[in-house]
Amino acid sequence: MVEFLIGLGLPGWVAWSIAALVAAVLLLNVIAGGALVFIWAERKIAARIQDRLGPTRTGGRFGWLQSLADGIKLLAKEDLMPEGADGLLFRLAPYVSFCASFCAFIALPFAFDVVGQRLNVGVFFVVAVLGLEVFGVILAGYASASKWSLFGAMREAAQVVSYEVPLGMCVVVPVMLAGSMDLVTIGEKQAGWMSSWYLFHDPFTFIIFSVYVTCAVASVNRAPFDLAEAESELVAGFHTEYSGLRWSFFFMAEYGSMFLVSGLAAVLFLGGWNGPVPVAQLLGFSDGTGESAAYVVRLMGLANFMGKATLGVLFMMWIRWTLPRLRIDQVMTTCLKYCTPIAAVMFAGAMFWQLFLPGGLFPGWGRPAGEIREGWLEGPGGLPAAASPAEDRSSTLTGGEPVERAGLATRSPR
Amino acid sequence: MPDLIEDDPRIIEFDVRTDEMLVNMGPQHPSTHGVLRLVLRTDGEIVSETEPHIGYLHRCAEKIGENLTPRQWIPYTDRLDYLAAMNMNLGWALTVEKLMRHEVGEKARHLRVLIAELNRISSHLVGMGAYGLDLGTFSPFLYAFRERERILDLFEEACGARLTYSYITVGGATADLPPGWLQRCEAFLDQFEPIIKEYHALLTTNAIFVKRTAGIGVLSRAMAIDYGCSGPVLRGSGVDQDLRRDGESLYTGMYDGYAFEVAVQKEGRYPRDHSYPTVPSEAVLGDCWHRFFVRMLEVVQSMDLVRQAIDRYAACPEPLPEPLKLFEKLPVGDAYLETEAPKGQMGFYVVGNGTSIPWRVRARSSSFSNLSVTHELCRGCLIADVPAIVGSLDIVMGEIDR
Repeated sequence: MVEFLIGLGLPGWVAWSIAALVAAVLLLNVIAGGALVFIWAERKIAARIQDRLGPTRTGGRFGWLQSLADGIKLLAKEDLMPEGADGLLFRLAPYVSFCASFCAFIALPFAFDVVGQRLNVGVFFVVAVLGLEVFGVILAGYASASKWSLFGAMREAAQVVSYEVPLGMCVVVPVMLAGSMDLVTIGEKQAGWMSSWYLFHDPFTFIIFSVYVTCAVASVNRAPFDLAEAESELVAGFHTEYSGLRWSFFFMAEYGSMFLVSGLAAVLFLGGWNGPVPVAQLLGFSDGTGESAAYVVRLMGLANFMGKATLGVLFMMWIRWTLPRLRIDQVMTTCLKYCTPIAAVMFAGAMFWQLFLPGGLFPGWGRPAGEIREGWLEGPGGLPAAASPAEDRSSTLTGGEPVERAGLATRSPR
Repeated sequence: MPDLIEDDPRIIEFDVRTDEMLVNMGPQHPSTHGVLRLVLRTDGEIVSETEPHIGYLHRCAEKIGENLTPRQWIPYTDRLDYLAAMNMNLGWALTVEKLMRHEVGEKARHLRVLIAELNRISSHLVGMGAYGLDLGTFSPFLYAFRERERILDLFEEACGARLTYSYITVGGATADLPPGWLQRCEAFLDQFEPIIKEYHALLTTNAIFVKRTAGIGVLSRAMAIDYGCSGPVLRGSGVDQDLRRDGESLYTGMYDGYAFEVAVQKEGRYPRDHSYPTVPSEAVLGDCWHRFFVRMLEVVQSMDLVRQAIDRYAACPEPLPEPLKLFEKLPVGDAYLETEAPKGQMGFYVVGNGTSIPWRVRARSSSFSNLSVTHELCRGCLIADVPAIVGSLDIVMGEIDR
């Protein structure tokens, strides 16, 4: 796309800006549309779990327009601000939360190279930016001039900051196995049969995945760790005083983060966009089937990734409607006494496993497809090689054809 | 009460001391069960003092009772403990009958046991579901309401109302049960019995639930007696007292011939606990978990009583007696009677002066005494424990404020 725009005679910076804008709008739609779908899904799922029907009328069958109707209702609400509130911070807080959730999506690959911006520190970027979401919550709690909000904000601060530690340790393990912090590379390394997913790499990664799930649920404030908005204790926690559109931004940030941590789990542990069976290879897309085949494979990868991330979100909904809420001291105990030590031990275990048993217990078994993906990419009909470092930064989503090769080139031959 | 929270040895372990803050919990708070207002003095998350404020639902019900005949006041008793309106009707009807020395027949007696125990089940279901809600799980609440709806359907068939029944009245009941009602009631019990296991899986034995309730809000036996607690709150502390067995003969006579065991822990075990989850090791007698568990046991106990009552009621050939006239003259004198309502001892006092309108009406509610222990139980707990403790007392504001 950038080349196309430059070809039209636009200066480089204009072309880049337009491309970035298009990517941003696409991602924004992923979050907003995703939130609409997930809110509707949560209502239906919660209803099914609880022997209810949930929304049935809005938009015809299944009430599928319910979230849109809710959105319109929120838009139409009066914009209220408490009298003693700190106006600027009160207004700013929802956007800080939402922007943090949104920005993290930039580095999240939806399929091979279908990524807003491929970053060589992708994992680091996502975890760091996601951590910024807590600032919005603290600002909201502080600026609301409400004691319940303040309680919620303090809980959120304590909880999220604590859970960043074990979450970081969990995330480091796939990084170590892949030898790269680039999410695209990490996903690419798990190509092939299901057995090459990092979840099944060794027993340590299997356990650390469950730690990751716990920490991820806690870091996005979902039940049973939803202390910051504990309804029965703190009314609504940090967003007690919010209503209308501002409140909906918190809501969208929450659902965006849910999808983000699920997507991160998919990329880091569940093979990303690689399906359980290497369909592309089996169908013979491996050599010389051309550029269109590459797009079909990407589309399949997109479906794979979305499926896995959605399953993660549905899992969070399931436990939310099943379990009671933990108390703040129990949440901290879970983090500091259980999650962190387990994550540390598993990290060490995975490290030694990689050191002494790099091929797994049965060397040569279970990872046959590693080269195949490389094969069809580098094949005669595949994508052209990268031309210059400047173009390496472009991505498919922004229309950039070149594929960054660095991650693939450094891969050791098997 | 210690002036400074530093004086309280229970909260020394939390070593960080900051400024105290006064927080209003209620009357519009979602987990204060109506319009209770709790003023919390907190140090961070730690609650150093809790003060309940009541009176937001005061309706002068007792004064109104002094301007109406006893049967006219029956709808007002519905609104005392509105979750167990049948038991309230029963308490008042029995008190007036005691004053008038009136005896209802066998059939009315079995009908009253049947209806009162059925309402005990529905009241405990709400208590259980709402307790889950207090602890942050929503689904058991709706499961409990699903079963409660079936009971309300039965009540609706019997008396036309779903919440404020005014069914049991002075001298009997307003109407006999419709045909086929007993079969439908039995069908409900058969369907309900296996579902109790689900509640145990979701709440009683759930690891997080046990963590949140076991050892929290321990009400000692002596304290429970001192504060005049009653009902499941008292029995949860291990005091073996149930008015259906230990009450006045006029009331216990109603349960003559009925077999039931009082749900209380004796020598470390509950009656019938063979088919029930074992008490978790963390639980201390008198904590929130035990209060909750006693309620769960009473549901089963009431189901047993309902089954017995159905058989006995069906075996009575005579028709149900007509209730007393609306303007029946009351004799000179007074009467006080306590009954075992789902929430505890419900006492009514009535003074007659020869007219049909009582000279004095007074109600003594269990929730009021049960609520009075909150400031003792909540001292030194965390904010999240306050709903857990208040919820485990299972209070109804209509009964407290009257």
